[in-house]
Amino acid sequence: MDHSFLTQAFVFLAAAVISVLVAQRIGLGSVLGYLVAGALIGPYGLGFVGDPEGVMHAAELGVVIMLFLIGLELEPALLWRMRTAILGLGAAQVLVTGLLFAFVSLRVGIDWRVGLAVGFILSLSSTAIVLQSLREKGLASTDFGRASFAVLLFQDIAVIPMLALFPLLATRAVAESHAGPLSHLPAWAQTLAVAGAIAGVVLVGRVLTRPLFRWIARMHLNEIFTACALALVAGVALLMQSVGLSPALGAFLAGVVLADSEYRHELQSDIEPFRALLLGMFFISVGAGIDFPLVAERPALIAGLVVSLITLKAAALYAVARAFRRPRPEAVLIALALAQGGEFAFVLFGFAEMNGIVPRSVASPLIAAVALSMALTPLLLVLGERVATWLSDSEAREAPTHFPLTETPHAVIAGFGRFGQIVHRVLRASGYSTSILEHSADQVDAVRAFGNKANYGDASRVDLLRAAGAQEAKLLVVAVDDPDKALEIAEIGRRHFPHLKILARAFDRGHVYELMKRNVDAIERETFEGALRLGTAALRALGWRAHQAERAAGLFRRHDERNVRAMFEHWGQGDSAYRSAVNARRALVEDMLARDLATHEVTAPDAAWDTASLDEEVERRARGV
Amino acid sequence: MPRVLILFAHPAYHRSRANRALVEAVRELEGVTFHDLYEAYPDLMVDVPREQKLLESHDVVVFQHPFYWYSAPALVKEWLDLVLTHGWAYGEGGTALAGKSWLVAITSGGSESSYAAAGGNRWTVGEFLRPFEATAQLCNMRWRPPFVFHQSHLATAVELVDAAARYQARILALQRGE
Repeated sequence: MDHSFLTQAFVFLAAAVISVLVAQRIGLGSVLGYLVAGALIGPYGLGFVGDPEGVMHAAELGVVIMLFLIGLELEPALLWRMRTAILGLGAAQVLVTGLLFAFVSLRVGIDWRVGLAVGFILSLSSTAIVLQSLREKGLASTDFGRASFAVLLFQDIAVIPMLALFPLLATRAVAESHAGPLSHLPAWAQTLAVAGAIAGVVLVGRVLTRPLFRWIARMHLNEIFTACALALVAGVALLMQSVGLSPALGAFLAGVVLADSEYRHELQSDIEPFRALLLGMFFISVGAGIDFPLVAERPALIAGLVVSLITLKAAALYAVARAFRRPRPEAVLIALALAQGGEFAFVLFGFAEMNGIVPRSVASPLIAAVALSMALTPLLLVLGERVATWLSDSEAREAPTHFPLTETPHAVIAGFGRFGQIVHRVLRASGYSTSILEHSADQVDAVRAFGNKANYGDASRVDLLRAAGAQEAKLLVVAVDDPDKALEIAEIGRRHFPHLKILARAFDRGHVYELMKRNVDAIERETFEGALRLGTAALRALGWRAHQAERAAGLFRRHDERNVRAMFEHWGQGDSAYRSAVNARRALVEDMLARDLATHEVTAPDAAWDTASLDEEVERRARGV
Repeated sequence: MPRVLILFAHPAYHRSRANRALVEAVRELEGVTFHDLYEAYPDLMVDVPREQKLLESHDVVVFQHPFYWYSAPALVKEWLDLVLTHGWAYGEGGTALAGKSWLVAITSGGSESSYAAAGGNRWTVGEFLRPFEATAQLCNMRWRPPFVFHQSHLATAVELVDAAARYQARILALQRGE
């Protein structure tokens, strides 16, 4: 096979495109696609790639860039708020998982020192795979996403002491240590070098980068800006590596330092494509690195290792997450998302082997098991989501059905997010009492911190509505953020509490009709008024007088509301009837608008104050016509 | 039977005993259309075509409102400005309202005697209502002597009932064409 650069590039990119498209289509996410592509073109597959390790080194820059970008999104203040999660959840996870694996190794007759090293190596998860998958699924900024990130961050930090402490676990003497280029220095000097490097990154980031970026930006050389950003990331990674720190950690640090700089967004958008592609290459090289002959030779052993790695790690993660009072669905997600081995395992196993800590016979099957466990991550995440949904549903079923109501509520508000809170405040400010049902435990805790009393529960349950005071209340406000749930609540409210006036938040036209069908008394599309206000602001920005713009918006509202009512008649008479009615109506409205525009001065909003026809008549009379 | 349209305007109806008594006396009468303007147009966006259609299908137009600043609440003025368009209500071809009756029914804080040259308000209610009368005249409408409920805020329960009865009688009389 010809291994020229162009061939390699073509093979990598083509394999990535095909596999990722297929994986996405099946709904498994890009990571699995890349891994499968790697396995296919790797030395044990079709053999298109000669040197997966070489590729992996190049592709590690992808991981570094990813951590840099994550750092960019994390301002120091946010990081500070996460300190308990990082130092608590993260540290506990590494310790508990590490010791658990060590204990198991001991039980199967492996030397305790080897076991300890193996245990801590396996306690690390794959930052690259997990974060990429979370991002793709849009889970990165959920509680679960943040907790996972905290754990991964601590693991990245934990690599440093591992590298420092592993030589102490050596079971046989080795001629030369490979701990890092600084390992010949005394301990105090090494510490000093590490501290100096970190201080250097912070200082350079704070003081030098801004003038540099400003200078480059002023020259309008886009590619130089990108090159400079990449050089910065690579340089920091290099510096960190030279003092024995994880390059990814260094890049993360640099990112955090630059997070509040005005070039943050430009840096993000410039580097993002490199991250995606290089990370893809990294996953491909992980896939290519899976030692299939070894797997084929000892399938039972490898399968056993993969299964025990995942189950033990998931169990430890679940226990730790629960100990830190994470709700059960979240704990399950954390446990399954982080149950794989990480890319650092490849580095650390190599290091441990070289230092005579872990013999090759132990390391090789473990490396294969780690790679396979990484490949299983997307599937585990899907499983995790299923279990978490099932758990939160069953938890909702077990929720308490008696709330301590201090007053008889005038209104029951279902859903206490952005929408419900405003409704609640309007009612409260006008002297009415409300009773709130919210289905997210986190949201309940969050609003309680601000002195609002929300009760946890699913408002589509009759007993919970009754417990919330629906029998005594006059109104039911449906403000949940799930359209189907809203319909369900409206229906159940109508059926079981016919005296209630039901007011609902709608999402789009179709949802409005569905709510109308359920005889909801008042319906408000969640984005309509806001968009209308912005439209009014746009007219004012175009030079309209405030009153004129206000009336234009008012007229538009009236037209649109009538439209919705008129179209409701056609809705439900089959799709084609509805579509043709909508089209006819649209033509009518457009015609009306066009006429308004044509007679620009006499636009509907100010027709009443238009005196053109009167002036004309007066003039004609004056001329005696 | 002449059809009566009551255009009611009170921005603080929930606080007005007098207007409540008057409204309750007439809103359910047969042949009367009761139209609560502040309820229909909380944003003052008067729907002109709708109002004109209403006017066209009635013969007597009653404006019922408090006598704010010797005049009417703001929405009544807005309504007049918007609905009585040139070419429809007045001017060339503006005959839509011709021949219809215009009655003003107001509640007022002042006593009957205060609305006189010698009284505290110096002019009569009729004089204060001239702009409305002139508007009616421009639209070729028949200006009817206004119905006034004086010192309505001080009215006793008996006086409220009495005023309501007088108002109802007035509306019924209009329906008889008187």
